[in-house]
Order: sequence, then C-alpha cells, then structure tokens
Amino acid sequence: MDEMIKLDDIGKTYRTDKIETVALQNINLDVRQGEFISVMGPSGCGKSTLLNILGLLDRPTAGSVQVEGRHVGKLGDRDLARIRNEQIGFVFQSYHLIADLTVVDNVEIPLLYRKLSGAERRRRAVRALERVGLASRIHHFPTQLSGGQQQRVAIARAIVGEPRLLLADEPTGNLDSHMGEEIMAILEKLNKEQETTIVMVTHDEHKAARTERIFRVFDGQQVH
Amino acid sequence: MLKNYVKLAIKVLLRRKFFTFISLFGISFTLIVLMVVSAFIDHLLKPSGPEKRSDNFLLVHMLILKSPDRRSSSQSSPGYRFLDRHVRTLQSAEKVAVFSGSQKATSFQEGRKIVSTVRLTDGVYWQILDFDFLEGAPFNSADERDGNFVAVISEAARIKFFAGDPALGRSIDFNGQSFRVVGVVDNVSHLEDSAYSEIWVPISTSRSTAYRHQMLGEFDALVLARNRDGLAKIKEEFRAVIESGVDFPDPKRYNWAMSGADTKLERIAREVVDDHNQFEARTGVLLAVVFGAMLLFMLLPAINLININVSRILERSSEIGIRKAFGASSRTLIGQFIVENVILTALGGVVGFVGSFIVLDVVGSSGLVPYAEFHVNFRIFAYGIALILFFGVLSGVYPAWKMSRLHPVEALRGRA
Repeated sequence: MDEMIKLDDIGKTYRTDKIETVALQNINLDVRQGEFISVMGPSGCGKSTLLNILGLLDRPTAGSVQVEGRHVGKLGDRDLARIRNEQIGFVFQSYHLIADLTVVDNVEIPLLYRKLSGAERRRRAVRALERVGLASRIHHFPTQLSGGQQQRVAIARAIVGEPRLLLADEPTGNLDSHMGEEIMAILEKLNKEQETTIVMVTHDEHKAARTERIFRVFDGQQVH
Repeated sequence: MLKNYVKLAIKVLLRRKFFTFISLFGISFTLIVLMVVSAFIDHLLKPSGPEKRSDNFLLVHMLILKSPDRRSSSQSSPGYRFLDRHVRTLQSAEKVAVFSGSQKATSFQEGRKIVSTVRLTDGVYWQILDFDFLEGAPFNSADERDGNFVAVISEAARIKFFAGDPALGRSIDFNGQSFRVVGVVDNVSHLEDSAYSEIWVPISTSRSTAYRHQMLGEFDALVLARNRDGLAKIKEEFRAVIESGVDFPDPKRYNWAMSGADTKLERIAREVVDDHNQFEARTGVLLAVVFGAMLLFMLLPAINLININVSRILERSSEIGIRKAFGASSRTLIGQFIVENVILTALGGVVGFVGSFIVLDVVGSSGLVPYAEFHVNFRIFAYGIALILFFGVLSGVYPAWKMSRLHPVEALRGRA
C-alpha cells in the first residue's frame, strides 16, 4: 500500500513562561492508504495531540510530517488549509456542528472552500447524508437530532469532500453502545467500500480490536 | 458561499438580540446624525434654489481696510462704492450683481403689524440668481437706475400681506415707503444667504444716497463667471485690484485693503476658521476639521462594534475551529467575518436611512431653518453607502483578524 502520511520522530512540547510540558516524544508512525488504525492510550497521554498533528491542525516542535511523500513543515496557512480541505476529514467526539446551520448547510462547509456551484455543493451534501442514512433530515437543525444522528451528520461533513484520510477523535465517546455501533459500522463501510484511510482515537478496546492496527501511546511516547 | 455567509450572519444576529440591538442602534443613530449633517452641508454648498448656479459664481462679502501705519483697521461687508468701482468693473466677469444683506422691515396693514425681511438689489441680481417666479417678473436695471418703487415679494410675504391672494400690481408699505409688487417668487431657504429674503427692492429706493460713497457698508457682490474655469481668472484679476488698484477716498485714514472673491465653501471657511487677512480662504483647514469631526463621530460606534464583535468571537470559537479544520484559510475567515459585519452595518444603514428621511422631514417642516427643504438626494445616498461600507470594514477588520489568528485546536476546544 502507498504511504499516506508519515510522522518521523515527532515531538510536541508546550511552553509557557514557567512550565514546559512534553505532550509527545519520538513518535514514528506510517499511515498507509486504505488502512484503518486506532490510537489508544489513557486520558492525557497525547492521543488528541497526535491526531491534530496528523490532521495538520497543529505543528510539531520536533520531527517531520510528510503527506504523500511531501514535507509539510514549511507550508503556510493557505497551503495547509488546502491540504486539509482536499485530503483530510475530521470527526470529533463532541460533533462540533454549527447550531445555527441546518444539517445540509453543516455538511456543505468543506465544499465552501472549493470552486463549486451552490447546486453542486448541495447535490454532494445530500449524497453524503444519504450515505449515513440521514437524507430525510437535511433541513433539521443539529439540536433537533439525537447524539448518534449528530455524529452521522459530522461523518457526512467529513466525507462530503471525499477525503483520502479520515481522522476521528473518539467518535463514539459520547454515544451509547447502540449508537456507537452504528457509527463504527459506517466507518468500517467507508474504509472497505471507499478505501478511505481512517485513524481513530478510542478508549474502547473492543472497537480498537476491529481495526487493522492499534497504535498505543503512553505519557506522550509510543508503546511498542 | 456568500449565501451561506448571509444566512449565518442573520442567525448570529438573531442569536444575541440585545447585542444586535445595541449595534444597530449605534450604527443607525450615527448614520442619522451624519446624514442629517451632510444633508445640511449639501444644502449649504450645493443649493437647489435660486443659488443653484453657485458653482459658477463668487461672492465678495468682506473688506478689511487698514490705516497707513496698519495700527487701525476696520472690517465689515463692503460698501457700495467699493463694489461699484472695483468689482462691477472686473473684466473677466460675465455679470456682477450688487445687493445688500437682508434687513428687518416693519409694516402696518389694516391694523396688523407685519415684520418681514427686505433686501436691496440691482437689476443684474435677478439675472445671476434663478428665482422661481409664481407671478410677474423681476425688476430690472432701469428700475434700479430710475429709483422706481417696485418690489418682488416671496410667497410667504404674499401670505402675510395679501392672505395668499394674487399680489401683482398691489402695493405694500414698509418703513414708511410704498412699493408696487411686480413679481412673486417661491420661498427661498434661509441657507441660501445671498438669495434669502421676503421682499426685494431696488437699491436706489434707499432713503439716503450716502451708501454710494461708502467703502465699508452692508453690501455684497455676486460675480458670475463665463464658465467654471473663469472663476480663477476673476480671482486673479480681483487680487490684482485689491493689491494695487484700490481707489481710497481718504488715503490718510485707510490706504491698505484686503478682500476675497469666495466660493460658497470658501466663504464658510473664512467664517469658521477665521482668516480674513489673506486673499485665499483656508478651505483645506475647514475640510480637515469637518472630516476629522465626522471620523471621530463614526469612531465611537465603530469601537463599540469592534468590542461587541470581539466578544462574539468567544462564542464562535468552535465554528472557527471547524472551518479551519475543513479548509478555511485565515484570509477566507477574515472575508467571511467582514461580509457578516457589512450585513450588520447595512441593516443599520437601512434603519439609518429611514430615520434620516423622518428626521429631515421633521426638521424641514419645523421651520427651524425657514423655507429650507432638506432632501436625502442621490449624492447624500452615495455618502450614506460610503459611510456604511466604511463602518462595516472599519469595525470588522480587527475582530476578523483576531478571529483568523485563533489556533484551530484551541478554537475547537472553545478557547478564544
């Protein structure tokens, strides 16, 4: 499989005037195209920081990040934004839907930053919602939906731009087991049918066991 | 994308109704004040009444005379002699009209006391100013030369003297003299101060001829140029006259003169920033003062908006994080926020426009400025649009920049 994203000896240290906090140290991770990886570790061990670095939302203080063989360390805000827009989708634990926008408007957000007509954006957003089984709720507002439905909207938003990499930060963390199962099923289907690469942070050993590979982190370091 | 921004902007405005109300009130109130002030200035500088050709004429309205040792000086409106000898004779002028300031006149008619304003003019006055005649015609230079007791009155004077009935050929008496009405004109705004009056009579009907010998007095002159470019030639010629060609009747008393041929703006500049001692009025200073004051006035609601906008960022940090995560660059977010702010200011603008119409209508009909009709015309409308855009951008740029600088991870955690 081709290499999707590669972390080389990544470190992340947060510095304030008095305190220096090491969040990640010597992390090496190759994510290959089409993989479904879970990242596990106790709370505060650096999982989310790792996901943010993978998603180009945060910059490491040491090491290098390559996306499809290209070093991204020196890229500016606009270039990173373009890579995120075209290649990466995010699913967050707390959904992060914009309450003032309808479901379909939320799903359209990634497409706003591409050169697409309004009609084309709408068509793609509806199709993404169909894929997560929410086509009948396009004009609802997020607060009118259950937690599981909101997370499905978030997944639709993450996949509407057809990214090659999906980063999910505890996507089932706020859901009951039934809804959590629904979300896992959608992610697995995306990985198998669309060959979307998925990196998922989870606390749940059972769900992690369903992925191809588990990447464990403890106190900011990877566990071999 | 714009539709999405507009939709979101309206939602955000409805989310915090009190903030929105304060913002809208600030914008619309400021706009109302600025629109009313600019309508006033517009009316003053671009008159629509008899002075509508003011772009093509200059006003000689002041004269300073100084003694040979320069210790003693007198300053007032020019006298008839000065204007007759040194302004009427300007070769570069198309026409020159001499007229007095407006004065109070008292009449007693059928036991009623009537107080009106009267102006003494020559015949050329009616050729430079475009009065709207409701009856009859103006008096002419022959009437002025022959001292005919004829008068043009305004609609307001016709109502005062004749209860609004036709006045042509009828007589009006004031200050012990009787005049035959030869014309009735529409009312003139008080702000058109070379034209405003209720009664106009020939200068030669003055009770005394002493005015003919006065250097200083109560007269002004309107100097009409052949075209707009001619104004500079007139100024140049008049400056030469002032500097070397003034005929002083008593050179031992006064032998130095200063005056100016001013446009409407220059005249106001001379009055407001008070420089009578040089030929050119300081319009630059006046404009700087006016624009500075307007800018300061706009700055207050803009700062208020900036504060409100910055505090709104706190509640929108999650949205900013999402947009950044899904591909919005800082520049795109700045654009979005400015669009939202321009929408808010445009809403304030609409309220401000409606408010301006109402306020100008109330001011116009209140008689605060006699016979003035204030309009939010196309020019004022354009000022308004410019002001709104200025507001929108001014109050949006800083919060937008601050917003765009948020780190996406921090923003997603709700930390602005």
